[in-house]
Amino acid sequence: MEKKNKSSKELQNLGKDLVSQIKKGKNPKMKVPQRTINNIVYDKKSNTLKLGNKESTREFFHTGQAKKFLQTVEIAKIIKKELIDTGKHEHLRGIFYMAKRTIPKTNINLVDDQVESDKAIEDLEVITGLSREQLHTSANKMGSVVGKVIIKDGEDAIDWSKLGRGGWSIPSITDEIEFKKVNAKYIIYMEKASIFERLVEDKFWEKNNCILVTSQGQTTRGIRRLLQRLSEEEKLPIYVLTDLDPWGIYIYSVIKYGSIALAHASERLTIPGVKFLGITADDVTNYGLEKHFIKMNEKDLKRLKQISNYQWFKNNKAWQRQFKMLKEFKAKVEIQALSSKGISFISEKYLPEKIKKKEFLD
Amino acid sequence: MQKKLTDTKTIRAEELAKDQREISISSFFEKNRHLLGFDNPVRALLTTVKELVDNAADASEEMHVLPEINVTIEQLAETRFRITVEDNGPGIVKEQIPKIFAKLLYGSKFFKLKMARGQQGIGVSASVLYAQLTTGKPTKIISKIDPKKPAHYYELHIDTQRNEPEIVKEEIIEWEKDHGTKVELELEAKYQKGKQGVFEYLKQTAIANPHILITYKGPEEEKVEFPRATNLLPIEPKQIKPHPLGVELGILIRMLKGTNARTLQSFLQTEFCRVGAIKAKEVCEEAKLQPSSRPKRIARQEAENLFQAIQKIKFVAPPTDCLSPISASLLEKGLKKEIDAEFYVSITRPPAVYRGFPFQIECCLAYGGNLDKEGPARLMRFANRVPLLYQQSAGAIAKSVGATNWKAYNLQQSGRNLPNGPLVIAVHIASVWVPFTSESKEAIAHYPEIIKEIRLAVQECGRQLGKYLRKNIRAKQEKERINLFERYIPELASSLAGLSGEKKTEIEDKLNKLLKKNMSSLLKENGKEE
Repeated sequence: MEKKNKSSKELQNLGKDLVSQIKKGKNPKMKVPQRTINNIVYDKKSNTLKLGNKESTREFFHTGQAKKFLQTVEIAKIIKKELIDTGKHEHLRGIFYMAKRTIPKTNINLVDDQVESDKAIEDLEVITGLSREQLHTSANKMGSVVGKVIIKDGEDAIDWSKLGRGGWSIPSITDEIEFKKVNAKYIIYMEKASIFERLVEDKFWEKNNCILVTSQGQTTRGIRRLLQRLSEEEKLPIYVLTDLDPWGIYIYSVIKYGSIALAHASERLTIPGVKFLGITADDVTNYGLEKHFIKMNEKDLKRLKQISNYQWFKNNKAWQRQFKMLKEFKAKVEIQALSSKGISFISEKYLPEKIKKKEFLD
Repeated sequence: MQKKLTDTKTIRAEELAKDQREISISSFFEKNRHLLGFDNPVRALLTTVKELVDNAADASEEMHVLPEINVTIEQLAETRFRITVEDNGPGIVKEQIPKIFAKLLYGSKFFKLKMARGQQGIGVSASVLYAQLTTGKPTKIISKIDPKKPAHYYELHIDTQRNEPEIVKEEIIEWEKDHGTKVELELEAKYQKGKQGVFEYLKQTAIANPHILITYKGPEEEKVEFPRATNLLPIEPKQIKPHPLGVELGILIRMLKGTNARTLQSFLQTEFCRVGAIKAKEVCEEAKLQPSSRPKRIARQEAENLFQAIQKIKFVAPPTDCLSPISASLLEKGLKKEIDAEFYVSITRPPAVYRGFPFQIECCLAYGGNLDKEGPARLMRFANRVPLLYQQSAGAIAKSVGATNWKAYNLQQSGRNLPNGPLVIAVHIASVWVPFTSESKEAIAHYPEIIKEIRLAVQECGRQLGKYLRKNIRAKQEKERINLFERYIPELASSLAGLSGEKKTEIEDKLNKLLKKNMSSLLKENGKEE
């Protein structure tokens, strides 16, 4: 309850500050830390991406900014009054509909597109320093987890090992769950849900005493927060399994170092200890995956070049070697290519071998 | 073989000759009324008014009198009308009256190269003939040339066999006017309002002739007055000699026969403009004719050589001071008094030359105000100050206006049509010889020089209009921007009140005060965040 009071107060203070500016006869303005690539700093000490000090000002009496200003204030009001003060949570989509209405005597909608309300919420995060979770805002559930773990979520105790093939579906807010009993040696996070299903069917987690986590594509905040808590609170090593292509490598990069869009939340989301398990360029030669090469298009190559130039990869010799090999391949490989060696090759041979030999990239 | 063929041809020609009789003027008229502007009863009425008004205006101006023209149309029966046109012009000398009104192809303007309304001299007598053919009634004329002299009254018919006037009645009467002419005709016709009606014709005449005072009483209308916008007469156009390049072979032959010059060289020097001794000799040499040969003895073949020689030689363009344009400012004044719009722009192009004839283009645009916002713009075409109401989409003017890219001037346009919107486009061509596509004088022929000049005039006006519209759009946008803040303020006040827990009304009041304070900077601002 104290936490909620703090968030509510923060938002109210934002409002009070603006009102006092107005009362002093000033054009009301708020300072919004910039969330663009120009204002992202790689902090070598913590090994994470952080927001720099650049701020932009958002004023009401400014033709280019008025509507954004109004949107930000309106969404702050909705979150404070309708969510935090009543103890309820709402999805991004729901908040969009709570804010969407036509401004009287115009044909202008306060918000036209969810992108606008989403952006206003992200702005409020950086303005107030409150996390999206503290703003009672949730995103779609996109991931699953399975393992010998019992948690407490609100009043319910949940055993991740007893939820069948689908596992527990990870909510978008994972701050408030409690880990009651954790019996695992490590965690594998994988990009592909189909690999998750294979490993679950092969009872990989039972046999190897580990936790399996997946999402579709990019890792949601809820999953990142869950992984971070398991890493910090339970001291479990985390291995990442993705396709061998720039996009897969970036998924790993986001989990480990943070992302540009959420740099302001890095502290609560990044996991510096996470390691890359595969697919690596060496796996290609070691397991003879060349015949499953998919040619990289221009976009892939451009992204590869971008990633290899990121500060946090630049001086990493092991990674630079990978990038070089990929560049020579001019091709990418999917995790599923391992199935060509046998349907359970991944669970019986590939993963146990790699983990045993500690063939990770850091 | 050859001989036989020639024989048959000769025989046929002889047979044909038996059927050829002299065609009476009336049957010629019957067959060609469409060429003369009498193809239907509606148009016959307009053409008659038009010929009478044109003549009245030309006559007054020649005498340096500010024209005052009264037009009356009375409906006598379903399809029978009486047209009366009265002017304050110089009047007509007694002897001339019958010839001017009752002899076709008689007139003072036919061989003159001078900018004037009527050009071919077919006009008014054609109306007299039409009236006679449809009602059998004579045309009544009163004319007075001097306050001290009496007025002459005539009732005239045309002898259609001989093309000679037939005087039905002739007397001397008292007439209260100092000088002027009054013509009264009765004819079969149909009265129609609208774009091709008499009212529209007079209105447009008033636009292109802001120095003329016109009053009109139609059969269905109250009496209206189209007032003057200026008391200045147009500068009297000068008569010029033909330019060598503007003369066709037939006319050249007639000129050779009619000249008083003794030698070919002096003929060329005296009968044409821009021909001096050197040029004249050059022409003779090119035509392989002696400069000293007698013009009247020049045979057809030699005349053709002369004609061909002229085409090969370069002459200085004809003088252009013979033109009397309306002037951009007067055309604009004319449009202003008759068309209620919010923006006007006009231009007079410098004179140019087509086929040896000088001409000059003027254009005026009127936009917005009470003009119809829907549908295409209205195009008003004028030639030597005379409105052209028929064949709207034919001719050089419509072509040039349609070919202009109006989208560049912030107007809508589909294809090569007139632009859409509340717009009047007036285009005037002034020339010593306006090249009409037919005798009914409704469409201008497509000479490239003329098309180019019209295009340039329209484009220049269009650019000004575009500038005005853009400025207008900007002002509108600025106003909308302020409005938007007025709408945003209650929203922001209520959001802020909800967020901070403070009173909405107080926040709203303060914001409204701030809006007034920031107004000027908001009008200028176009900036975007980041």
